[in-house]
Amino acid sequence: MADKTLDAKGLNCPLPILRAKKTLKEVPAGGTLEILATDPGSVADFAAFCRTTGNELVESTSNAGVYRFVIKHVA
Amino acid sequence: MTNNTDDGANAKSMTIIVTKGSLDWAYPPLILATTAAAMGVDVTLFFTFYGLEILKKKLDLQVTALGNAAMKMPMMGMHMAMPNIVNMLPGVDAGATTMMKNLIKSKGVASIEDLREAAIESDVKIIACQMTLDLFEYKATDLIDGVEIGGAATYMERALKSDINLFI
Repeated sequence: MADKTLDAKGLNCPLPILRAKKTLKEVPAGGTLEILATDPGSVADFAAFCRTTGNELVESTSNAGVYRFVIKHVA
Repeated sequence: MTNNTDDGANAKSMTIIVTKGSLDWAYPPLILATTAAAMGVDVTLFFTFYGLEILKKKLDLQVTALGNAAMKMPMMGMHMAMPNIVNMLPGVDAGATTMMKNLIKSKGVASIEDLREAAIESDVKIIACQMTLDLFEYKATDLIDGVEIGGAATYMERALKSDINLFI
């Protein structure tokens, strides 16, 4: 269970990333943020976001057109 | 300037020269600036010539297909391009702008207002070109708050220290 969930469904690039970055600030270090999105581009984008910022992409899955990401707040 | 140490390992910087002020061309610089800022990059935007339109207090950005053969709008399951002779008629640009704004909304794409707000919130540095203000007879008070006024040397100082410099 993530510490916080962000519903970014229906939002297009770059909004899921911008909202996630903003919401990540409310997650304590070591905590996790769950993001739900429908933008297919977000799969590559969240991976790149995490590699660049040093946060950990714990999970990246999809189910019935909804992408689910879990990011551990490291940096 | 913005301290990136709380934003991860990234202490890189980017500048973009923003020269275009139509609704479609306003997107690339603002999308890149806001995303880069979210990734811990120190961003500077230098608005010059028509790019200044994006900094006006009241935004009124338009789109035109005139001279843009690649602009095709989705319509009734097809993609429609308009011949230039049609684009020249009064009201066609306004129609295309409305169509574009409706698409933007229906596809969950951010508005330019939202992206501009996000850029300011994430400490993107905004510089407006003094020469263009003079040239087109605009005042600093026509622009949103938080804008620094500067010239080519102000831009160059930042560009020389940046990892990425783009011209859009």
